[in-house]
Amino acid sequence: MKLPIYLDYSATTPVDPRVAAKMIPYLTEKFGNPASRSHAFGWEADEAVEYARQQVASLVNADAKEIVWTSGATESNNLAIKGAAHFYSGKGKHLITVATEHKAVLDTCRELERQGFEVTYLIPESNGLVDLDKFTAAIRPDTILASVMYVNNEIGVIQDIPALGEICRGKGVIFHVDAAQATGKVVIDLQKLKVDLMSFSAHKTYGPKGIGALYVRRKPRIRLEAQMHGGGHERGMRSGTLATHQIVGMGEAFRLAKEEMAAENERARMLRDRLYKGLKEIEEVYVNGDMDNRVPHNLNISFSFVEGESLIMAIKDLAVSSGSACTSASLEPSYVLKSLGHSDELAHSSIRFTMGRFTTEEEIDYAIQLLKNKIGKLRELSPLWEMHQDGIDLNTVQWAAH
Amino acid sequence: MSQVYFDHNATTPLDAAVLAAMMPYLQERFGNPSSRHGFGRSARQAVEEAREKVAVVVGAHPSQVIFVSGGTEANNLAIRGMAAALPASQIVWSSSEHPSVARPCRDLQRQGWKPRRVAVDRDGRFDMDDLAQSLREPTGLVSVMLANNETGVVQDVAAVAQSARAAGAWVHTDAVQALGKIEVDFASLGVHAMSLSGHKIYGPKGIGAVVVDKRVELMPQISGGGHEKGLRAGTENVPAIVGFGLACELADSRRLQEADRIGALCTETERGVAALGGIIFGSEVPRLVNTSYFAFPGIEGETLLMALDRAGFAVASGSACSSGSTEPSAVLLAMGVAPELAKGAIRVSLGRANTGEQVQEFIAVLQVELRRLRSMLSVEMV
Repeated sequence: MKLPIYLDYSATTPVDPRVAAKMIPYLTEKFGNPASRSHAFGWEADEAVEYARQQVASLVNADAKEIVWTSGATESNNLAIKGAAHFYSGKGKHLITVATEHKAVLDTCRELERQGFEVTYLIPESNGLVDLDKFTAAIRPDTILASVMYVNNEIGVIQDIPALGEICRGKGVIFHVDAAQATGKVVIDLQKLKVDLMSFSAHKTYGPKGIGALYVRRKPRIRLEAQMHGGGHERGMRSGTLATHQIVGMGEAFRLAKEEMAAENERARMLRDRLYKGLKEIEEVYVNGDMDNRVPHNLNISFSFVEGESLIMAIKDLAVSSGSACTSASLEPSYVLKSLGHSDELAHSSIRFTMGRFTTEEEIDYAIQLLKNKIGKLRELSPLWEMHQDGIDLNTVQWAAH
Repeated sequence: MSQVYFDHNATTPLDAAVLAAMMPYLQERFGNPSSRHGFGRSARQAVEEAREKVAVVVGAHPSQVIFVSGGTEANNLAIRGMAAALPASQIVWSSSEHPSVARPCRDLQRQGWKPRRVAVDRDGRFDMDDLAQSLREPTGLVSVMLANNETGVVQDVAAVAQSARAAGAWVHTDAVQALGKIEVDFASLGVHAMSLSGHKIYGPKGIGAVVVDKRVELMPQISGGGHEKGLRAGTENVPAIVGFGLACELADSRRLQEADRIGALCTETERGVAALGGIIFGSEVPRLVNTSYFAFPGIEGETLLMALDRAGFAVASGSACSSGSTEPSAVLLAMGVAPELAKGAIRVSLGRANTGEQVQEFIAVLQVELRRLRSMLSVEMV
């Protein structure tokens, strides 16, 4: 077994060797610019781009014409939310999203607020799920768009996208879904879902970094204002030379996701449950987020009476995440966990374990043993743990100022 | 089916060394640079090393380099990003700019900016008198490309920047086609922002950069997550960044090695084209040594392109981005070229793998095809 063990598949995944093999010809002899119309190098690249578009559409049961290539889910989220808000600004200026969304959605909403839009940030229930009645109540006559992520990147909970979509369609609100964490984990059927815009990323699903897509519904047709202008690529919705090798990689990654999702989810659930069973033997551990409506490869756990930083340092053999990768360089406690009503301390001592295609049982067993050991040692050093063991309720302690 | 690639301004093949450098970052070193564990830290280190290499090739500081998804995004970010930090006034660009500059410039009208497109002369050079005229009005931003993608004409960006700075404007240059073909020095150009792209310099597609003067305020155009010092959100495309870095590192030495040889091939191409009655655009002014843009009066470009492809040569008509359309090249029209002649324009852009034999064969094929097309024309005339 090789150390460190990678248990951070929601931050990014390695490119599947089968995906890499498909990409390589487009990094070598098939290097043409897909926009070159006057020679075979260009036609060959264009053909590969369209084939991959079909593969991506197929995973989510959409039409290939509804798929727009972008540089990743962050750009897709920006294009969807800003593009729709700007295009439909004559209809209204109100948007709805959720406090536990990814920064790419939240920061985009903040930017729109600076431009004069109004945004409602719904607080989810303590299990991380959005309450449908509260969501419905937030819709105003001037609401133009709602954005809710399919699967949360930190706690892995799956929102009720079918129901939220029905509510939005009924009220004439455009519905955007960030599905960066959902592909290959949740069955997505855009023929059935009342979703108008959906963001995808390749590198969370064993494809390459630097490529993503936005689904833009054609029936009923959703219009967007392009955010990047130039040669008019992607039917004017997103200009810029298409990175053929990355697109081919995303296509193949999504093809594999479709083919292997059922078996893979089964395996991930087995590994996750094994990890959870092992960690439950430690006292005072809490799962963050709903356990039923949750992707099978995610376990987010708070370890009480352990200081977060020391814990991360103590389990260096495990590549895991505390808070989301995008913000984990900062020492701010996770805003997602805080939105669930957690204290700063508990949020700080939370770890996200995400397993994937290349995780083994042996690795999970190693992780369990390591955590049991280290948490035991850290708690031995903790006066708070000692007090807790002595039966003192720490919430009632009057701390002296210093 | 074309086998000889004469379209290096559209895109270049990836350098083998660049591919080798990228591969580990697709698989075993696949971490997200924002992750704090070892996988993340090694990815972060690779990104920062690449940033240094990009900075070195253009004589900038690494902290001035912002990675984006390519030249188009670089142009959009530079223009929209700088404009968003300025009070609306006049925006000036040249009539031979790439659409990824011209479109964002024009769109600024909606934010209250006054658009002013400066003319180019018959050789495609920025009209300095027209520029001086335009700068009499309060001007916030000027954008002029360093080397044109179609004609290869090199602009005197330093002179433009000097006038523009004197008038209090910020200056952006699109250096996507210039990098790797001429020396590009950020400081001596005197611009505030510059766009670069990976796939035009034997690096990968899907990566580019904006080099920006730190005194300039830039408003991000893609929000979320605070990457690239808050100027461009999104998980870094590590393999492409690594590839772009190495392509930049190799660009100067390879350019110095190859420029004379490629220049000689281009001269030979143009001698052949001229002998066959072709008109070469921008031939009186400094151009990229690899680029030749020409037309034969009376000959349809599309027909000739198809014949060349059948004979095995991949060349372009106008720029790749808009070559789906049959409109004559906007760049040539701006230079005062008649629409009928512009419609027949063919661009040959040579690269490292091209040889003298290929050029000789190309001229021979051109001769045969022209004779055939001209005989068909004369038959039709009778």
